Amino acid sequence: MARYLANRVFTLFLTVFIAATLIWIIPRLSPVNPVDAMLGRMASGGGTIENSGALLDQLTERFGFNDPLIVQYWLYIKNTLTFDFGLSTASFPTPVAQMIATALPWTLGLMLLALILTFIIGNLLGALMVWEHTPRPWKVVIPAAMVFTSMPPILSGLLLMYVFSSTLGWFPLTGAYGIRVEPGWSLDFIGSVAHHGILPAMSIVLVTFGFWALGMRGLMITVQGEDYTVLAKAKGLRKRYILYKYMIRNAILPQITAFALKIGMLVAGQVLVERIFAYPGMGKLLYDAILTQDYPVIQGVSFVIILMTALAVFFVDLLYPLIDPRIRLGA
Amino acid sequence: MADQTNAAAPETAAPDMAGLTKRQLKRMKRFDNPWNNPKLIWGITLLMGIIALGIFGRIFWDTDLVFTGAVMPSQAPPGFENLRGQAGLASSPLGTDVAGRDLLALLIVGAPNSLYVGMLASLIGMSLGIFLGFTAGYTGGRIDDVIRVGSDVMITIPPLLILVVVQASFGDITLTMMAILIAAFVWQSPTRLIRAQVLSMRESGYVQMARLSGASNRHIMFREMLPNLVPYLFGSFIANVTTSIVTAVGLEVLGLGPQRVPTLGRVIYDAIDSAALTRDMWWWWGFPTVLLMVMFIGLLLINLGLDEVSNPRLRRL
Repeated sequence: MARYLANRVFTLFLTVFIAATLIWIIPRLSPVNPVDAMLGRMASGGGTIENSGALLDQLTERFGFNDPLIVQYWLYIKNTLTFDFGLSTASFPTPVAQMIATALPWTLGLMLLALILTFIIGNLLGALMVWEHTPRPWKVVIPAAMVFTSMPPILSGLLLMYVFSSTLGWFPLTGAYGIRVEPGWSLDFIGSVAHHGILPAMSIVLVTFGFWALGMRGLMITVQGEDYTVLAKAKGLRKRYILYKYMIRNAILPQITAFALKIGMLVAGQVLVERIFAYPGMGKLLYDAILTQDYPVIQGVSFVIILMTALAVFFVDLLYPLIDPRIRLGA
Repeated sequence: MADQTNAAAPETAAPDMAGLTKRQLKRMKRFDNPWNNPKLIWGITLLMGIIALGIFGRIFWDTDLVFTGAVMPSQAPPGFENLRGQAGLASSPLGTDVAGRDLLALLIVGAPNSLYVGMLASLIGMSLGIFLGFTAGYTGGRIDDVIRVGSDVMITIPPLLILVVVQASFGDITLTMMAILIAAFVWQSPTRLIRAQVLSMRESGYVQMARLSGASNRHIMFREMLPNLVPYLFGSFIANVTTSIVTAVGLEVLGLGPQRVPTLGRVIYDAIDSAALTRDMWWWWGFPTVLLMVMFIGLLLINLGLDEVSNPRLRRL
């Protein structure tokens, strides 16, 4: 167990370290000088800039581009580990960390909502695919719905937007809460957030539930043949009682292990969903930063999302042995 | 869905050959050749359709219409009206966007591009995966540790985010460059898969036999082991094509990716950016979306078909 833990911690740190290094190296290989780009943007926004030469030198010094590369790298790693990503160049004096702090709760909230929904819906439908008492229409509809699993969430998002916002008008097209609602812990605000969150969450659920359903289907087929299930049937327990307490309960545990494999895709998918729904989370922040070539924000957002992914995988890995004793023995 | 409805039939029918219906006998015969699989054939047909669109489209349609201002802007397809109440023109059968580009021409040029990026990225990733997986599984020791930890680490990092950093710093990029960059993130799962398979095959009888008869390592790896992995490799390849296209489309929808070549993701980006949804210009984002869906469904069917080819237990009468 100690070896397993050490192994996982090592992988976690290596992942974060490599990601941070990649994010640092890539822009430095680029021929574009970020200070030039920043001044260029200022000039295009406000006409001519006086003493632009002096300003250029000052900014270069301020961002530390004159130091040897190794010093720059060391400072970068130190700052990154303390979540100090510097100042945004597009909305200049705002620290990147502050921008991320306002966006992060939206992303986490949406992701959590989507995950819980997709886990419940996916596993339930997967179980129904196997259960012998499932109504016949469901047996046809569920496999057909698997087609959605092969799509990226932006496409399902676009379709949902078109059907439920543009055409039916049941849900708002973009944003996270209504413009007339004051943010705060009021009932109006929470209702508005839920109303705005349903479509983005559903577009993720629609393309991810099949993954859980297929996994659950395989597990249910195994559980279906087990002696305890046969015995429960022979005892004459109610059908639904057997389904929930005997079959699903035993089949669902390994499903959590599958989670780690999918999380990277899920995060990247959500970034895009936020972009098309203009949801004020990390995805929107990233998109805006790309538009304005705001490098510190791009780097900060990328790093935080990769860190989140790595942490999630790490915790799921830690959960395995607790949930499934066979892994503890095997490791 | 024909498979679904027939699945229960063999259990009720008598197990001997005489009890089978004509249709089941026909299906039975097909098992002589596992590659003759309806899912596989349908999937390949869908992908071929997209390739055909690219080839025949270039012959029968003017691809110069992808340029800005080539046709009347904001036209609906014939039979529909745009928000200004103008009826669609027959000269642009799939409508046009706000910049006066012809949707049909955009799709003809864009769809094969997306497929090309996916195929190339997956091919490069696959080759890397075969090489690293065999090396790790067959040599073991230190090299195995390094490759295993490396793939564990890289599988966690979402490719999209690193590629966003790359694209944001380098600006414009060609399709091939994008494919190579994506390939840097799709070698991990084939590596893991092949490594696991090689580890289990290493001790099997025929490999031992080959080793005893003095075959070289390269002969054992590529002549003895690799042919057994072909169905897995195909499956992994197709799964990677899907991942690569998803990543490429993701980049394009963020406004990155190639700026001068039309791609399906780029069309969707322009549509969202110009508020096509609120302007009710459904044809603008709808057709590329449908085409991408056809592509993904085709790849999914090929993958399901390949699963049945490599695992006879999944086949049904």
